[in-house]
Amino acid sequence: MDFGPHLFLALLEGTVTAFVLAVTALGLSLVFGVMRVVNVAHGEFYMLGAVLAWWLTTLLAGYPAIGFLVALVIAPLIVGAVALTADWLILRRIDYQPESTIVATIGMLYIIQQLVLTFYGPDARPVEPPFYFRVSFPWFGYSGYKLIVAGASALLLLGVWLAMARTRLGLYMRATQQNQEMAQAFGVPVRRIYATVFALGAMLAAAAGVLVVPIQQAHYLMGLDPLLLSFIVVIVGGLGSLRGTVVAAFVIGISDGVISVFFSPTLAKIIATLFVAMVLVYRPSGLFGQPQEET
Amino acid sequence: MSGGGKGGRIAALHLAVIAVLFAAQFLLPAYHHGNVARIMVLTSFAVGYNVLLGYTGLLSLGHAMFFAAGLYGAGLPLYYFEIGALQAFGLGLLASLALALCFGLVALRASGIAFLIVTLMFAQAFFLATLYFNEITLGDQGFVLSEQARTVTLGGVSFSFADPVVKYNAALLLFACCMLGCLALVRSPIGRVLVAIRENEPRTRMLGYNTYVYKLIALVVSGVMAGAAGAGYALLFAYVGSTFATIQYSIYALLWTLLGGVGTVLGPFVGTGLMFYLIDIAGDFTTSYLLVVGVVLLVLILWYPKGLLGSLRARWLPWLP
Repeated sequence: MDFGPHLFLALLEGTVTAFVLAVTALGLSLVFGVMRVVNVAHGEFYMLGAVLAWWLTTLLAGYPAIGFLVALVIAPLIVGAVALTADWLILRRIDYQPESTIVATIGMLYIIQQLVLTFYGPDARPVEPPFYFRVSFPWFGYSGYKLIVAGASALLLLGVWLAMARTRLGLYMRATQQNQEMAQAFGVPVRRIYATVFALGAMLAAAAGVLVVPIQQAHYLMGLDPLLLSFIVVIVGGLGSLRGTVVAAFVIGISDGVISVFFSPTLAKIIATLFVAMVLVYRPSGLFGQPQEET
Repeated sequence: MSGGGKGGRIAALHLAVIAVLFAAQFLLPAYHHGNVARIMVLTSFAVGYNVLLGYTGLLSLGHAMFFAAGLYGAGLPLYYFEIGALQAFGLGLLASLALALCFGLVALRASGIAFLIVTLMFAQAFFLATLYFNEITLGDQGFVLSEQARTVTLGGVSFSFADPVVKYNAALLLFACCMLGCLALVRSPIGRVLVAIRENEPRTRMLGYNTYVYKLIALVVSGVMAGAAGAGYALLFAYVGSTFATIQYSIYALLWTLLGGVGTVLGPFVGTGLMFYLIDIAGDFTTSYLLVVGVVLLVLILWYPKGLLGSLRARWLPWLP
């Protein structure tokens, strides 16, 4: 293949990655923005989504398309319930204190991961895509499912944006993000908003997990990479800024795709992690974020 | 500092711990003999971690990087060049010292959660680098040091670290140095300033201390102790591989310190020993033995945030350092 089509393929792959990454990172960003806590277990919610998708499609083995649609609805709901329980049992008790929350979510990471290992096993298992068709370009054919993944992710992003901008819940979330005490004084049920946001973040990760599982296979250790990439995206985009997160997901996703195709994926990751560390040290509000007042 | 009686009691307690560990080598069966040697080396890692978390209040998720710097700093020259084991240990210390200094100069500009994520990112980049240069480091497969490379000749007598007796006593020496070093540090004026930073950094700065320099000192001491543990691990247990640079080992250091008691000198030893045997026992029953790690972390953070020795100190032993 010539350089041109090769680059086109890299860009295409990068765009699909970027969309999925945007959905995952948006969940993390929402939790950080509203609750001011870092959720280290975020990647495990993604993994849980993928594993549940495998389970549900196996239950409905005769009808891959229906099974997949069911998984796309049910898996995030189950994960959301898990997150709500974790919030109620653990995070609420430590009062969302930032450093304790990190340690607690590390604990949750191990518990979820190891329980999946116990009940699901150490194998990577594939999930059938709900449909097969190929989009043919002049130089190569491309999986139509991947394009659908990008489309579905775009719809999810749009949905989150609408919910944040147009609904009462979104208003409450934005109020809590701006000033938690003031929001409470105006009658916003802050505790309930925290629980909702934590569950919503987990559900976004799970939905991303369901969407990628036909491309990637479900495995109990698959949560680490999206976690680190989401960290990178959220930081580069500016902590707590949703628009920045989406922009950064595209910058990181596409450049990661291009560097991975032309150089080595490991090198791409080394560059990205060091870049993020430097951003945090020299521009803590992120490349696209508004500098925040010291509190 | 309140009187010689307290100081004497503290010195007696720590020397007694070392004496008990020295005596234990004659009593322990072979399996536990090897385990305790390993625990003492890993404890040195946790002691280093505790200097930063327990006494300076800086939470790091990247300490595996310093451990691995010591591990590779000692292991690589031993593997590729003909140098003595002690020189290799020195190189391991130097590698971790240099890394801690460079890292600290950059990372300490960030604070709080940002500092934590910077440590995580640097450590991840370090881990990926050990994979990227796998022609030299042999990646996650790692390499094994020969017995001949791990022999030291002192005054005409040669000691091989493959010999269990030498291994145990070398581990004890490393542990004793780190623990007593930590004790001396936290009871020195520098240690007092570090605790002041932990309690209230703006106030300490207002009192005229350059907190950046003190935090850098704590980070370098902490990194060098972790590096010493890494270099010691390479020499005593002969294996060098990139698994030691993974996030998991950073989390282990955090877990050991939390379990034993953040900000207690003996806490890391208690935490490391207990966790080592917990994982060892759980491993007999299930492949998902890391579940123990998650459960212990949650139990600690929910009910015993001070850890074992920290709770003990709060209840009965207020003099425990």
